[in-house]
Amino acid sequence: MSARTLVLALALAAGGCATTGGGDARDPLEGVNRAVFAFNDQADDIVFRPAARLYRNVTPQGLRDSVRNFFSNIDDLFIGVNNLLQGKVETAVNDWLRFAFNSTLGFFGIIDWASDMGLEKHNEDFGQTLGRWGVGDGMYLVLPLLGPSTLRDTVALPVDWAGDPVYEHTPVDERNVMTATRTIGRRADLLGASRTLEAAALDRYVFLREAYLQQRRSQIYDGRPPRERPPVD
Amino acid sequence: MTRRLAGAALALAAGFALANPLAPDALVKDVMLDIQRIIVADKDLKEGDRAKTTRLIEDKALPHFNHVGMTALAVGASWRKATPEQKQRLAEEFRTLLVRTYASSLSAFGDQKFEFRPLRMKPEDTDVTVEVRVLQPGSQPVVVEYDMEKNARGWQVYDVRVGGISLVVNYRTEFGNIVRDKGIDGLIGTLATKNKSLAAADTKK
Repeated sequence: MSARTLVLALALAAGGCATTGGGDARDPLEGVNRAVFAFNDQADDIVFRPAARLYRNVTPQGLRDSVRNFFSNIDDLFIGVNNLLQGKVETAVNDWLRFAFNSTLGFFGIIDWASDMGLEKHNEDFGQTLGRWGVGDGMYLVLPLLGPSTLRDTVALPVDWAGDPVYEHTPVDERNVMTATRTIGRRADLLGASRTLEAAALDRYVFLREAYLQQRRSQIYDGRPPRERPPVD
Repeated sequence: MTRRLAGAALALAAGFALANPLAPDALVKDVMLDIQRIIVADKDLKEGDRAKTTRLIEDKALPHFNHVGMTALAVGASWRKATPEQKQRLAEEFRTLLVRTYASSLSAFGDQKFEFRPLRMKPEDTDVTVEVRVLQPGSQPVVVEYDMEKNARGWQVYDVRVGGISLVVNYRTEFGNIVRDKGIDGLIGTLATKNKSLAAADTKK
């Protein structure tokens, strides 16, 4: 299905549920999003969470840390690019120094010496860069298998993929093994968080949406978002 | 022996807290490190014993939370329309939910490394944000921020932000939806049902 048909299908579906009323202005596609959310939950129940549990149970903590560090190190390259695009030159240099140290002294990134040396890890992606450039969230979207997103972050995804050495890696079968390992590793890191989500949320869909939107706002401003004033009525 | 002495010193410090409140950043640090020490020393807590964890949170953390204030902020505009009984019920159910949520994440607390940020505040300040960073290998540190206010009971937390996600703001939309559809009693009912189902899941384990 091409991107254009996808957008058309979403638009039609939006028309179909526009009459439910009482919806959130930031989430006009709530009906479709909830369906995708339910699908993702199923996929998580059947595939991702069991795989993540198995991974956590059969591997020692040290190995999991090494795997996490390995992929985290690769990410630092494109994180630096995004910091540069946002005009944060010093931060970008910090990210590339991290990559240089960890790739060499840290044995292909499996040891994170750079953090011990005071070179802090950052979190950036092209969606955050667009946000920094003034692009608003756009509507909230739940993407199949990828989860919470916004129109802005979805548009940014192909750029993130292009900047991801794992995603661009050939041969394809090696890339697939790396992508699978990275995905399961990330899910394993979130096992505790998903337990907390179960406990905290009255409506998991709404809870996760609010959390995602708040988190992105915080990330775009590197943890220092401007204070929001209550709307004057 | 030294641990017992330290414990006695802490108890004394807690006793003095009312008369002469600790600075908010010092208070957060004391409470977090105290809870961590207790978890590290206790096998049941490390394995996530729910009853014991809940008691630990109620004893050590809860006195420093203004849970009525948190509830008021989370309920938002409808809070003013609630009767005193409704307010009390809401605050009780929300408090139970928060304790359970906290309990579900506390076993990981044992082996986390914290970095406490010194707080710059003026002596006359009554509303501050205390920042703690949780360090984890291979990831960006998670910033936890405690919004605290000075009141008759010393410094108390009225909102927590984890990685930029405010607890109060997150609940505000959820609560708003329920109040709009089912009224304030509907919200009390939903919270009570949620707490009961969590309690039932606990006894099953």
